[in-house]
Amino acid sequence: MRPPIRDIAVVAFGQTDHTRTSDEQSEVEMLMPVLHQVLDATGLKTSDIGFTCSGSSDYLAGRAFSFTMALDGVGAWPPISESHVEMDGAWALYEAWTKLLTGEADTALVYAYGKSSPGSVRDVLTRQLDPYYVAPLWPDSVALAALQAQALIDGGHTDEPALAGVAARSRESATGNPHAQLRGSVPHGDYVVNPLRTGDCPPIGDGAAAVILAAGDRARELCERPAWIRGIDHRIEAHSLGVRDLTDSPSTRLAAENAGAFERPVDTAELHAPFTSQEVVLRRALSLGDDVDINPSGGPLAANPVMAAGLIRIGEAAARIHGGNSRRALAHATSGPCLQQNLVAVLEGEDQR
Amino acid sequence: MTSTAQPEVLRAPLVVEFPFTRSLGPVQSAFLSGLRDRTVLGVRTGDGKVLVPPVEYDPVTAEEIRDLVEVGATGTVTTWAWNPEPRRGQPLDTPFAWVLVTLDGADTALLHALDAPGPDAVHSGMRVRVRWAEEREGAITDIACFEPYEGDDAPSQPVPHSGEFEDAVTGIVAPARLDYTYSPGGAQTRYINALAERRTVGERCPSCRKVYIPPRGACPTCGVATEEAVEVGPAGTVTTYCIVNIKAKNLDIEVPYVYAHIALDGADLALHGRIGGIPYDQVRMGLRVEPVWTEGGRYPDHYRPTGEPDADYETYKEMI
Ligand SMILES: [Zn+2]
Repeated sequence: MRPPIRDIAVVAFGQTDHTRTSDEQSEVEMLMPVLHQVLDATGLKTSDIGFTCSGSSDYLAGRAFSFTMALDGVGAWPPISESHVEMDGAWALYEAWTKLLTGEADTALVYAYGKSSPGSVRDVLTRQLDPYYVAPLWPDSVALAALQAQALIDGGHTDEPALAGVAARSRESATGNPHAQLRGSVPHGDYVVNPLRTGDCPPIGDGAAAVILAAGDRARELCERPAWIRGIDHRIEAHSLGVRDLTDSPSTRLAAENAGAFERPVDTAELHAPFTSQEVVLRRALSLGDDVDINPSGGPLAANPVMAAGLIRIGEAAARIHGGNSRRALAHATSGPCLQQNLVAVLEGEDQR
Repeated sequence: MTSTAQPEVLRAPLVVEFPFTRSLGPVQSAFLSGLRDRTVLGVRTGDGKVLVPPVEYDPVTAEEIRDLVEVGATGTVTTWAWNPEPRRGQPLDTPFAWVLVTLDGADTALLHALDAPGPDAVHSGMRVRVRWAEEREGAITDIACFEPYEGDDAPSQPVPHSGEFEDAVTGIVAPARLDYTYSPGGAQTRYINALAERRTVGERCPSCRKVYIPPRGACPTCGVATEEAVEVGPAGTVTTYCIVNIKAKNLDIEVPYVYAHIALDGADLALHGRIGGIPYDQVRMGLRVEPVWTEGGRYPDHYRPTGEPDADYETYKEMI
């Protein structure tokens, strides 16, 4: 990958506690403390921010243009330079990163939120499927992940005990994450859709996250140890599940290659694998060995606020660098059924170049 | 000033339901018309692979593909997942297996349901065949499901097909329904609860001191939480308005009528409401109005003139 024209870093990251329901708060009420958290961390005011970009979904809220309500939380009057993606906030961060690359802004606020509690997220996610051949059958998100898990088992890439191990390791790691929804020992449980059990599935919950990006010296002013984005890329595969090899993720591998992930080893990887079986796919696609600390936050198996969980992976990876716990970290976000679309970012501390 | 104690959360069912109407391209039209006539079609790519279900553009090369072939109604399971608790809208209402099936003659797999007695009766590599729906209309659900197939005949080869059918299907209607339980959050709950007591309560921004009505919990200028409850009105001033000439469905209001922005006394934002008790062509900017509550109503039905002299333009020009 060609080196970016400007150095851009994540300089602050904040997230809510992730909870099963949050019906005492509207989206903007849930989001606002997180926005203030990242602004306070950098000393920036909303009026100082050069560009704002968010990710969320009307289908979770059950209302059209639901993101416009959340805009109240960022001080959108007088008019600001703003954009929204109907996607996970990781893609909003990608848009903000390109905006900063153009030089039109030096700082960007990126946020994402999702409340799964008002609806049934397993059913809601069916609406992103092919409307002609697939959506009329209402295959829910667990069912599709289970097809992928069985393909991995048939292919000899994993088995049910190994999947239980992924779940246990993730939730054990989450004991160190005060924001996580599921922590510590969680029963592997009954089958939801075989071969996936409750323990293989992410918790359903509500939450929000925000990061601030800054370019060059501005980043050094705002953060003691900025998490420099050395590369970021996203790729998508065919919509139809039946044309894909569900045991592999060529889009993740290509995005990682373009982001420079394979140039030097990473010490940390925050993977957006909502299902245990998907971690198996991603580890293979990214060639991650046992020496890499995978999802030290607990990952999406500990907290999976839909539309924010991918941005949180980038935020968690950045926070490890901010705190000096990582020198070079990989962050991954996914969207669509069975890891259809994947984004990979590589983050480093200053001393690593 | 009154405090903003946390009220009990309001909740209400919210159903989003729509008939998703879509037109079909030539390949999709042929495929779904075929299903109606118990024929499964695929499409051949430039490098000779047969895609079932068929698409109009090669997923690898993006090349336009139109070379239709007929494939078998029997096939092989490539992966599966046992669904012990079927959900609304799914193909079967008894436990079943989700399957990806590569039909005989095809190189890719179709997602559908397999009717089987239990997970022990299902495995990758098993042979299955289409069970057709009794009534077929040109939709993926014309395949009711798959069922285990014991026959030992050799898998068929794809044969060319014109893709032409009598009365070809050119569109689908896919009904969708999602159920939610809507909660408006803190600020709006406080507002709605106060309305039920025939009080209109906004919230003041701690930074710019503006009173927002209805409050949504944040000041859009300052980006901070509004926290101080402020009772406004009941009277207010029409800042601007429009005359509605089209009768809305399920709305029992005679047209034409006036819909207006109303700046309640003490508020820094205008809310909107219907103006009644005055002929529509006599409503004007500056008109002083007050809310009218119907028996048992939880919110004002409309606003009517108070009889006061019109407000001076200077007093409301900031709120237009
Ligand atoms: Zn304010």
